Amino acid sequence: MYNLKELALMDENGKRSDGRGIDELRSIKITVGVVKNADGSAYIEFGKNKIIVAVYGPREVHPKHMALPDRCVLRCRYHMSPFSTDTRKNPAPSRREVEISKVMRESLEPSLILSDYPRAVIDVFVEVLQADGGSRCAGINAASVALADAGINMRDLVSACAAGRLSDNIVLDINDLEDKEGDADMPVAYLPNLEQVTLLQLDGKLTTAQFSECLEKAINGCKSVYEIQKEALMKKYFGNEMELKEEA
Amino acid sequence: MSSSKRSTVIVEQLRKQQMLEALSRGKRLDGRDFESYRNFEIEIGIIDKASGSAKVKLGNTEVIAGVKVETGEPFEGLENKGALIMSAEVLPTASPHVEPGPPDEDAIELSRVVDRGIRESEMLDLEKLVLIPGKIVYTVFVDCSIINSDGNLLDATSYAVVAALSTSKFPIYEIRDEQVVDTGKTMPPPITTMPVSITAVRIGESVLLDPTTEEEACMDARITMTTQSDGNIVAVQKGFTGPFSVNQIVQFSEIARIKGEEMRSKIKELN
Repeated sequence: MYNLKELALMDENGKRSDGRGIDELRSIKITVGVVKNADGSAYIEFGKNKIIVAVYGPREVHPKHMALPDRCVLRCRYHMSPFSTDTRKNPAPSRREVEISKVMRESLEPSLILSDYPRAVIDVFVEVLQADGGSRCAGINAASVALADAGINMRDLVSACAAGRLSDNIVLDINDLEDKEGDADMPVAYLPNLEQVTLLQLDGKLTTAQFSECLEKAINGCKSVYEIQKEALMKKYFGNEMELKEEA
Repeated sequence: MSSSKRSTVIVEQLRKQQMLEALSRGKRLDGRDFESYRNFEIEIGIIDKASGSAKVKLGNTEVIAGVKVETGEPFEGLENKGALIMSAEVLPTASPHVEPGPPDEDAIELSRVVDRGIRESEMLDLEKLVLIPGKIVYTVFVDCSIINSDGNLLDATSYAVVAALSTSKFPIYEIRDEQVVDTGKTMPPPITTMPVSITAVRIGESVLLDPTTEEEACMDARITMTTQSDGNIVAVQKGFTGPFSVNQIVQFSEIARIKGEEMRSKIKELN
């Protein structure tokens, strides 16, 4: 018997609803330095996700009692514009946004050397202009690039990507439809050089074998994203040199 | 409660002196003359999930407006009209001085002044957006996000809203068996006119159009005037603590009409 849901998510040739194969990322475009007033910023298009991230700091903490004597405070706000979703989103922060702000901050924190800026704060503002499933991963990718653009001392970039399950298939980079209709969604953030996982969430059912397969797949996705992040930073800071090399 | 506040943007004394000195010679610090706008760019249709959208850059000020169309109950006393709801948020990305949270009085003034221009000019013919009179009407949300702020948010937002609305495609809803059904088809919105705002600040005796953040930090008073396609004025807002003379206001109304016409044709031509 046909399962309508499976037919919609994957066809008999292993092509997904948006035409991708199981191991294919959506198209990713990162631009560095898009917000003039910010100390660091980045714009990412991750599939249909469109996200702007601005970083301010290190700067003085307000209110002052929040300051930490031995390291910097990291603050993160993940916010969706009212026009970013199919039905209008109320602009007031939802419980989902509060949670994502928290896990995002925790995924970025291990990459930063916050002890270099005691008594200061770094603010990371993530604004989702259009959401398409996987916006937290896309947001983390842009945020890490924006932090690098701001010149914050860091150990590594943070790269994020999700993997998930559509019936028996473990697939890379879940989109909006697959997130809603699929069987599991697992966003992962990763420090590619230190080989550490800084974000791991799972929505849905996986066997242990599927779990490791899914994790491995997501990490491979992170590694591909890492190359795009590096390229975006190189383009801003060594743009002319890169062009000269190409000409030569 | 509203209380007088210290400006968050502080311009150094020397910079202010430079500005005043330049103004006395009829020049501004960025080289513009008093009646020039900064470089103006519009990009439309940047948010596929919105019924209409526009990104406006006015110098370094950057605003995105998005239109979402749903159905709902009409407002009380306006039973035979569609509902128009506008909001503006100065995102914390916009400058080092913005704190995340509910909109402050400046952001509320911003969305209300832009709203007034759209509403009073009857840019959208709301009577054409009724499904069951008194019960179900179109609800049009126009939400604005200020991405980067370098002065004159009022005009940048006004242009973004007008560009997003006038190029939007509204979903067509129908009533079948007393239920609202989205037909999957779209229609152009019922646009009647294009309201365009023009903003100026007074610094001493100089009146400057399209102020930057730096100029706003030195201003004595601000005025915004919105005109519609036939040149009639539909909304005015005087802002900040200082006064204007009657003469200054009358002169400004003439400038707002001429300049408004110029900006209107730019918006039309860019989209």
